[in-house]
Amino acid sequence: MSHADWEMVVGLEVHVQLKTRTKAFCGCSAAFGAAPNANTCPVCLALPGALPVLNAHAVELAIRAALATECTVHERSVFARKNYFYPDLPKGYQISQFDQPIATQGRIVIDVDGTDKVVGITRIHMEEDAGKSVHDRFAGFTAIDLNRSGVPLVEIVSEPDIRSPAEAGAYLRKLRSILLYAGVSDCSMEEGSLRVDANVSARRTGETALRTRTEIKNLNSFSAVEKALHLEWDRHVTTWKTNGTIEQQTMLWDQNRGTVRRARSKEGSHDYRYFPEPDLPPLVLDRRAIDEARASLPELPDARRARFARDYGLGAYDADVLTATRELADYFEAAARDSGDAKHAANWVTGVVLATIKERGLDIASFAALLPASRLAGVIAMMKDGSVSSSAAKTIFALMLEGPGDAPAQAAREGLLQVGDDAQLRQWVDEVWAEHPAEAARLAAGDRKLLGPLTGLVMKKSGGSADPRKVNQLLAARAGT
Amino acid sequence: MSRTARVEASFARAAEVKAGADGLNCIISADREQSLADAAAVQGGALAGVPVVIKDNLATLTLPTTCGSRVLAGYVSPYEATAVRRLRAAGAVVVGKSNMDEFAMGSSTENSAYGPARNPLDPTRVPGGSSGGSAAAVAAGIAPIALGSETGGSVRQPAAFCGIVGVKPTYGRVSRFGLVAYASSLDCVAPFGRTVDDAALALEVISGHDANDATCAVRDAPVLRAGAGRLDGVVIGVPREYFPPTLDAAIRQRCDAALDALRARGAAVREVSLPHTDLAIPVYYIIAPAECSSNLARFDGVRYGMRVEGDGLQAMYEATRSQGFGAEVTRRILLGTYVLSAGYYDAYYGKAQEVRALIARDFTRVFADGVHALFTPTTPTTAFALGSISDPYEMYLSDIFTVTANLAGIPAMSLPIGRVGGLPVGGQLMAPHFGEAAMFRVAYALEDELGAEAHQ
Repeated sequence: MSHADWEMVVGLEVHVQLKTRTKAFCGCSAAFGAAPNANTCPVCLALPGALPVLNAHAVELAIRAALATECTVHERSVFARKNYFYPDLPKGYQISQFDQPIATQGRIVIDVDGTDKVVGITRIHMEEDAGKSVHDRFAGFTAIDLNRSGVPLVEIVSEPDIRSPAEAGAYLRKLRSILLYAGVSDCSMEEGSLRVDANVSARRTGETALRTRTEIKNLNSFSAVEKALHLEWDRHVTTWKTNGTIEQQTMLWDQNRGTVRRARSKEGSHDYRYFPEPDLPPLVLDRRAIDEARASLPELPDARRARFARDYGLGAYDADVLTATRELADYFEAAARDSGDAKHAANWVTGVVLATIKERGLDIASFAALLPASRLAGVIAMMKDGSVSSSAAKTIFALMLEGPGDAPAQAAREGLLQVGDDAQLRQWVDEVWAEHPAEAARLAAGDRKLLGPLTGLVMKKSGGSADPRKVNQLLAARAGT
Repeated sequence: MSRTARVEASFARAAEVKAGADGLNCIISADREQSLADAAAVQGGALAGVPVVIKDNLATLTLPTTCGSRVLAGYVSPYEATAVRRLRAAGAVVVGKSNMDEFAMGSSTENSAYGPARNPLDPTRVPGGSSGGSAAAVAAGIAPIALGSETGGSVRQPAAFCGIVGVKPTYGRVSRFGLVAYASSLDCVAPFGRTVDDAALALEVISGHDANDATCAVRDAPVLRAGAGRLDGVVIGVPREYFPPTLDAAIRQRCDAALDALRARGAAVREVSLPHTDLAIPVYYIIAPAECSSNLARFDGVRYGMRVEGDGLQAMYEATRSQGFGAEVTRRILLGTYVLSAGYYDAYYGKAQEVRALIARDFTRVFADGVHALFTPTTPTTAFALGSISDPYEMYLSDIFTVTANLAGIPAMSLPIGRVGGLPVGGQLMAPHFGEAAMFRVAYALEDELGAEAHQ
């Protein structure tokens, strides 16, 4: 695309479902996947006379989300009603926060081509989810499932600081990772617990004012976000270049066609008639409770990555990969601690472990159930002390995935233990020395090129069970005598 | 009298006074067999076997909860309002749901989809509203206690018109759970009683914290049944704004007599000023419709109540809501939608909230200045004739002395202080937030001192 001199400006609105057991304003289960309308009551069905009562755990999680993204948490915030008619919005309004949200002015640091970039967080506000309209289930009818009605969300709104699809992707991955670390949400786009709307505009490089933006909805994956941003920005630039105008409106990502199209209804034209929710008193937070929440936050991905690099001597890439999720980082740390070898643990986890997870379609939790870090550490430890070779270690790893038995037992059963016994090794060295006198003589004369081939011959004689480092040492010592 | 006999007597009285659509039209649903079964099952309690009437905007389990609206015709709630549950837990037996202005919007009980209710003291006149059916039922002797609801005077004004006692508690004193919302920041469940003591008993029973209402105060129910005593050391404030030169002379005279009665009991009477009083009606008619426009959005034909099919979703909404709601409800929804609209919010809703705070501060100042309770007339007139007020704004003015307490959130009550032209006149007492106990102390004394004069 030859849009040199044109810049992309993106702000993202991310809706995240808070990981509570019950809904935001009633005692119904917030779990995903129940039979339609099973998780409903007078409150979330908006029966006449029902009233909302705020879920304290949802507030705790919203505070954690805010602190984890370095926001200022406000001691007083106000719920507001966002009024609009829709069949899956039973009250005819959504309880949200408007001009006094729970948190503002945070930041997330993303990596852009190896350098840090700060993306500002404008605000985080609490709100409830609507239900779901099902249009394709019954011919001629729309069905309504209100299981989601009243499920607690936070909306995290970024500043328009993002300048490319790749930055948008990096922002979303980092945000997701932070929220997972903080235990705020499951962040599953498949189950709808993380949803993204993207605001995009285009401007000439150097312009400071923002041009008209459009909002893209229906984005069902991070890669859809990146593709849609690219397409929509391209449309903007092409339009501006041909002296057209961009209308402020809502666009929809079409996953099947891989296109962005106009939404039928003009969502931007709604007047939501926000006003303070009279059924809920202002949310007043104790400064001490906020401080306690801050103290209870776990180490977040950026801090952990820095510590991995510093304490374990890991490279930037490994540290990044290993801190992608809290569970993976925990797994690595356990393997490093139990094996006493962080370098090898890092190699194993970023290599074989992640490859296995990918091949078998697992996540780290189910992998850890299959092969706890302590068992992986056993293999690493045996390799480190020379009792198995690295190729034998991979065989043991594969065996341990299939069944019980720790590394030493598996190695013994499969005959994979390396022979480190000096007497046995010396005997094989002597035999090879005798069988290949010419090569032996040249090595003895100082031709160290022959060390490799002779070691290979000893390994062959041992059937692969000799410890190659020791063989190498013995041959060198023999040549020196 | 046995518990079932009391309930039998209530139904007999209802038949005698023609409580149904062919007469007073104060009871719009009842189930005699169910009520008798309920009475037989009563275990005991402060209200064991006492018949009670419930306004039709409070959720009850077996009788419909229609709010006097077509849009909820036949709707039966699957859960029970907290106030009703507490009455029943104390042994009370629900003998009927009462007529009301649709969704509590009105001052005469003429705005009901089920036809107007009538005043038992003069059936050509209104019982007041919006809780007119409950007031009429108590005045007619069908039940000694009834529940109504208040948003701008909907219990005190009909209590005054029907010659009984009506109490609007402090906002947050009684749970609103199960009260179908009109204007949430103003709505209160409010009891009627034949006497001050009946009203006190009912309020004691329904008060107290409820985890289902986030605006309900975390306070225990108050002790109100003090009985009549002296009022030495009690200072009664008389706000001059409630006694304008245009006030009906006969009503003023009854008020003066009531103040004399209070003095006779040892109270000191002092004139005070609540300077923002004249702004209360305009402020009320911005805030209440604004909240109403949002609260009534749920009546959309999708999940329950009436649905009028149309060509597509929008047409279904429009047909259901335009046929389901009456004229006054429609007027307030439109007004409320307007005042919350972008570009008008600050000028109307925002400004109204500021003035509301000023009205509340008027009261705070007076009460901080040594006044224990205020005394005013409840209404500027006695019960007017059915159909005599057609101008909505003129109707709104019948709440001119009562809306202030709702805007300020303070407790207030009306009790009979005599009659003018054979029609009851109500005297209003107002007290500081959660000052019901002091307010009732004054009410008991006034009722006792006036004696039979209160009904003459």
